[in-house]
Amino acid sequence: MLTYTIRRLAFAVPTLLVISFLIFGILDLAPSDPTAQLPLTIPPEVREKIRLSLGLGDPFIVRYFKWLVQFMVNEPLNILEQWTGWTIGDGERLRVLSWQTRSPVVDLIVQRMPQTLWVVGMSYVVGIVIAIPIGVISAYRQYSWFDQFGTLFSMVGFSIPTFFTGLLFIVIFSVTLGWLPSIYDTTLVVEDWDSFVAQVKQMIMPTMVLGLYNASQLSRFMRASVLDNLNQDYVRTARAKGMTEKVVLLIHVLRNSMIPVVTVIALNLPQVFGGAIITEQIFRVNGLGQLLIGAIEGGDIPTVQTLTFIFAVLIVVFNLIADVLYGILDPRIRYD
Amino acid sequence: MRLRNLLSATAAAAALGALAGPALAERGADGQVNIIYWQAVSILNPYLSGGTKDVEGASLVLEPLARYDETGTMVPWLVEEIPTVENGGVSEDLMSITWKLKPGLKWSDGSDVTAADAVFTADYCMDETGGCQQVANYADVASVEAVDDLTIKITFTVPKPVPYGPFVGAQSPILQAAQFADCKGAKAPECTDANFGPIGTGPYVVAEFKPNDVVVYEANPHYREADKPAFGSVLLKGGGDAVSAARSVMETGEFDYAWNMQVEPEILAQMEARGIGKVISAYGTSVERFEVNMTNPDPDLGDLRSTVEGGPHPFLTDPKVTRALSMAIDREILVEAGYGAAGQVTCNVLPAPDLFNSTANDWCKTPDVDGANALLDEAGWVVGSDGVREKDGVKLSLLYQTSTNSVRQGTQALIKQMWQEIGVETELRNISGSVFFGGDPSSPDTFQKLYADVEMFTNNFDGTDPEKYMANWRCSEIPSPKNNWLGGNNPRFCSEEYDALVQTLAGTAKIEERAEIAKQLNDMLMESGAIIPLIHRGRVAAMANTIEGHAMNPWDSELWDIASWSRAK
Repeated sequence: MLTYTIRRLAFAVPTLLVISFLIFGILDLAPSDPTAQLPLTIPPEVREKIRLSLGLGDPFIVRYFKWLVQFMVNEPLNILEQWTGWTIGDGERLRVLSWQTRSPVVDLIVQRMPQTLWVVGMSYVVGIVIAIPIGVISAYRQYSWFDQFGTLFSMVGFSIPTFFTGLLFIVIFSVTLGWLPSIYDTTLVVEDWDSFVAQVKQMIMPTMVLGLYNASQLSRFMRASVLDNLNQDYVRTARAKGMTEKVVLLIHVLRNSMIPVVTVIALNLPQVFGGAIITEQIFRVNGLGQLLIGAIEGGDIPTVQTLTFIFAVLIVVFNLIADVLYGILDPRIRYD
Repeated sequence: MRLRNLLSATAAAAALGALAGPALAERGADGQVNIIYWQAVSILNPYLSGGTKDVEGASLVLEPLARYDETGTMVPWLVEEIPTVENGGVSEDLMSITWKLKPGLKWSDGSDVTAADAVFTADYCMDETGGCQQVANYADVASVEAVDDLTIKITFTVPKPVPYGPFVGAQSPILQAAQFADCKGAKAPECTDANFGPIGTGPYVVAEFKPNDVVVYEANPHYREADKPAFGSVLLKGGGDAVSAARSVMETGEFDYAWNMQVEPEILAQMEARGIGKVISAYGTSVERFEVNMTNPDPDLGDLRSTVEGGPHPFLTDPKVTRALSMAIDREILVEAGYGAAGQVTCNVLPAPDLFNSTANDWCKTPDVDGANALLDEAGWVVGSDGVREKDGVKLSLLYQTSTNSVRQGTQALIKQMWQEIGVETELRNISGSVFFGGDPSSPDTFQKLYADVEMFTNNFDGTDPEKYMANWRCSEIPSPKNNWLGGNNPRFCSEEYDALVQTLAGTAKIEERAEIAKQLNDMLMESGAIIPLIHRGRVAAMANTIEGHAMNPWDSELWDIASWSRAK
């Protein structure tokens, strides 16, 4: 298992290098301009100077290697220094700078990570908590009214896009009822009960919008998986041994049914970091997804490149984790 | 674990905010005002980002020597009076201007504001390697010197009838020399702390800044007026879109002020009906216009497409045709459908200030389809079997491009219909704003390349003097492969007479004479048909009914008077 993991890790390096080159190349070829958002009162000659000051005058290969060194070497060294307090070299390293804010991209990402993890991560948890019981009961009582309702729920949840449910929620709960804020207050500090309540209130809508979407997807997987297992011989054996239905369902069937579902959950996890982009934009949650959208709109190529590459890294890593988890859950398919 | 980290981080931020100091009793009596910009502030140094949101976000902190009020009049801000030739502040030969700072001005850290700060600011922006985005304000500056602690003398390389470029308006505020001393030239972007929290003279200081998301400001304890600002703190939130920003002010009441309401008028009217907030607008110099290609955009010309060398346009160089196109447009309908309070009909590319507004072209205000048809008949354009006019085998068929934006696409559809009535066929095209307005010389879709017959967009100028703006349509400003498609003369209009008149304008000092010349320039552009103006666009904002003391200002930062804002009791 360990050698397998190490081999996979080693193989990830060239994969990621190719991905980084592709991302850099594609974004470089895309027609976008960092000065496009500036007012037209700024004359063309000045725009040209701005572009040069952003390093756009260098040839593609030079810019690619600069970025690679900045992101792969300088930034990890900076993080290492911050964590350990060591000083490596003279500490003066070129960092990947955002064109919009002129500040290091990695700092922006660090600043935005908590919101994404909290709001989007929580929605994932909510999604799983809702999806698993629905999936199990739907399968156990197949074609019952509960199953029919579950199917309807997941169909609706999956087919209505989040930008619509988000807007619907805002119109109902913010505009009409006035219960929940429509705009996420990113300056809120949780220090006492009241601010905690405010934090929960402002997290409800974005979390639920995403959570329902995730739940509808996962509950279908769960249902299918439980249905597969219910017809297996070991279930009949368990029942024949005189196990109660509770034990059969929750111990025997549930554990085995989780195997494919865990893979789906693990493979989808990078999406958490990708931040449900649209949801973050609608509720103005300052997460990674919103950062990406803002960077795309502003032609801030270094931020887009860095974020996209980090998402690529996460996808590669979580694929690996899913494979390893699979082995742990199911001893039959360990790779030794 | 993560929660604890989050908590300690936010607690530290709160402690930092508290360090900004207690406000005076009357100052800050009205609590917090919440402002929403649907484009978030990225950086608080306007010299490193000319984006409107960044300039206006910084304008609460950084101030210029003089700025424009809501009528477009220049008002002294950090100085005693506006220098003019009459009061001796501007030299007789128009080569220099001398500003006198108000005595006793303090930075928000308590140190004195001196002329050296202004000298530093000019050096900072005029540094070749810094990529200063406001360097156009410092055009033709030979030197900036501190005569004494409170006197700043700017010398120009050419006579400047309007010497109010440097240090005037929100685009050109004074930076503190001490804070930015190590940030000149190529080092400018590395000074993140200074760029995110500039020390200024304005009514507010930055308490917390999350780039591309939110800025929290606290009242400046050293602000020069003891009883201002009434709001102790300002929250400037960014992101999202215009409609939901409007909703947060006029429907849910979470915010007090929302900027740049590019929203269909009927939606705004619906929201306004709730009675919590109102729509306010003011008109500056923005005009939505057609720039008409005077050169031939035929793709068969290859590299010569849309260049002067490629030859004139087959029919748009005929003023009768462009006049007919203009006459056929019912501008009132365009305003009603897409702009509401945010637009009014205009027949000039230079509609403001009032003194500069020509009345010679007012015929365009009333649409005249019959007149347009008659004009085309007279010019020899005959309606063919397909309803499209033609002459000598050339069809009156136009490619009409603009940027992607729902109001613009609505306007396109309406104009296509209006032109159909005079036998003009129109093909519509829209291009993403980041490509259309981006200057990428390798892209065929930029507004400078104009690989189309007509294009529609909005342009304006900073301040109230149109000299630089009108100079855009000189022959030398035509974008072409030779100048890498840089240049503001998109219609490729070229007239020696026009160029000479721009030259005269540059040498004329009297405001009445300048206005006369500017009107003539405007009329020349209108008569040639190189520009067909459509709509005079205003700045539109949504404001809570409880906010008082704000005058909508189209000439400067919209938040120029935030020190005077207060909440109705």
